[in-house]
Order: sequence, then structure tokens, then C-alpha cells
Amino acid sequence: MVLTTFFFYLFAAITVASAFLVIAARNPVHSVLFLILAFFNSAGLFMLVGAEFLAMLLIVVYVGAVAVLFLFVVMMLDVDFAELRQGFLQYLPIGALVAVILVLELALVLGASVLDADVAMETGMPMPPLDEISNIEAIGLVLYTDYVYFFQAAGLVLLVAMVGAIVLTLRHREGVKRQDIVAQVNRTPEAAMEVVKVKSGQGL
Amino acid sequence: MAIGLGHYLTVGAILFTLGVFGIFINRKNVIIILMSIELILLAVNINLVAFSFYLNDLAGQIFALFILTVAAAEAAIGLAILVVFFRNRGSIAVEDINMMKG
Repeated sequence: MVLTTFFFYLFAAITVASAFLVIAARNPVHSVLFLILAFFNSAGLFMLVGAEFLAMLLIVVYVGAVAVLFLFVVMMLDVDFAELRQGFLQYLPIGALVAVILVLELALVLGASVLDADVAMETGMPMPPLDEISNIEAIGLVLYTDYVYFFQAAGLVLLVAMVGAIVLTLRHREGVKRQDIVAQVNRTPEAAMEVVKVKSGQGL
Repeated sequence: MAIGLGHYLTVGAILFTLGVFGIFINRKNVIIILMSIELILLAVNINLVAFSFYLNDLAGQIFALFILTVAAAEAAIGLAILVVFFRNRGSIAVEDINMMKG
């Protein structure tokens, strides 16, 4: 129990600190690296509440795909990021004001809310105990049965995103040699070859 | 002191606020704004997973899974738009994005 408390505070502190550095770092590459750190520590928080599958998914999907995509784009774009940081202090007061109001509101709501024991018992998808059936198995048992249409819709969303990203970034550059399959298929021996009779002792 | 639901909700609230704050202070840099949106979605996921554990309901984790899917799709499309915009205009500053005069 003490160990759980210790690790909760460790993961939570690093998550919050790296989330702050994501928005405050001067170099966007550092921002992406702190984003990765925040994701890793949130995965630790997920592990503490027994959401093992989601923790692994967070590392594989967020760190392995999304954050690396961010890193690629940050390094690929030739932008003067120092110029983009101008006006950083100009928006600081209004941003801080909104942030303080938001966190106060959230604190008031969270502080006032008490979990009703009756509500807590009436769950739609009761979670089986972890020692009986693993987290990933429990998720699989409901994901492919009760939530199968949502699962298919999620796949469709990813497909549309993939097609959209390819269509957006694909471009045909002029002056680049590439395979022309129609020309290749339409080639005939008559068009490709010329038979020449050469007299002996003479060139062409 | 045992860790309760309130602790996780507090972490989620702080992360959410930091995400909103990041959008405010980095108003010129689209990449940081996209990263702030990722932070906000992460805060939502932490809340859902925490509620899922403390209410003993698996539906929260399923929902977090779908949010993860949508966040990945959103990041891919957003960055693709960013790359195309940079190719056309040579800049990603937010105030330059006014071609549509919306």
C-alpha cells in the first residue's frame, strides 16, 4: 500500500512536471521528448489502477506512433521556432487567469462530488477480478461482443485518417523519372527494335 | 494515506488545465497547440481509467481505447495538414493561416 502511494506520487509528479515542460520548453524537439515522458508516466499511472492493456497501448500507440510522428514533423519543417515564441509573455497573463479559473472550478466540482455507493454498484460492465481473468482478456471479452460496432467504427476512423493523410501529403513532382506502366505494356518488338543489314567491311 | 479516486481526478484536472494553458501561451506555434490537445486527451483518458477502476466498470477502459483511436487519427490528419500548409506557404505561424478569411 505504501509502495502504491509512493509510485502514484512519483508518476503523477513526473507527468505533471513534464506536461508543464511540454508547453514551456523553448525547443519543440524538447517539447516532444517531454510529451513522451508524460505518456510513459501516465502509462505507469494506468498500471497502478490495473489497466494493463491501456498502459501498453499508450506506449505503443502514443509513444511509438503519435509522438514519433510529431518528432518527424518538427524536425522536417524548416521553421524559425524562436520567432514563433514571440508574444509568449504577451499571452501569459490571460492564459494564467483562464488556467487558474479552470483549475479552481475543477477543484470545486471534484471536492464537492461524493461517489454514491448505490451508483458505484450499478455498473454496466462489471470488471472481473484481476487474479481470475487478466485485464486484456476481460477487455477482449466485451470489446468484440458488446462493443463490436464501435470497434468497427474505430477501424473505419483509422482507415479514413490514413487515406486522408496520404491524399493530403501525396504530390507528383515534375521532372522526376518514374515507371510508366502503360508505356511499358504497350511496347511492341516493332517499336522497340530496328533490324539493320550491315554490309561486311562497312559501318553503318 | 490510500490513493483514492480524487487523487487521479486531480492529476487529470491539472493535466487538462496545463493543456488549455499551453494553447493560450503558445498561440503562434501550431505544433505545440497540437501537443496541448494531446495532453488534454491524455487527461480525459486518465479520468476515464480512474473511474473505471473505482466504479469497477470496464466500460471506461473501452471508452479510453476509442479516445486513443480518435486521438491518433486526429494527430495524423492534423500533422498532414500542417505539412501541406508549410509546403504551400513556407510558414506555420497561426496568424498566417488566414487564406480562407473565415
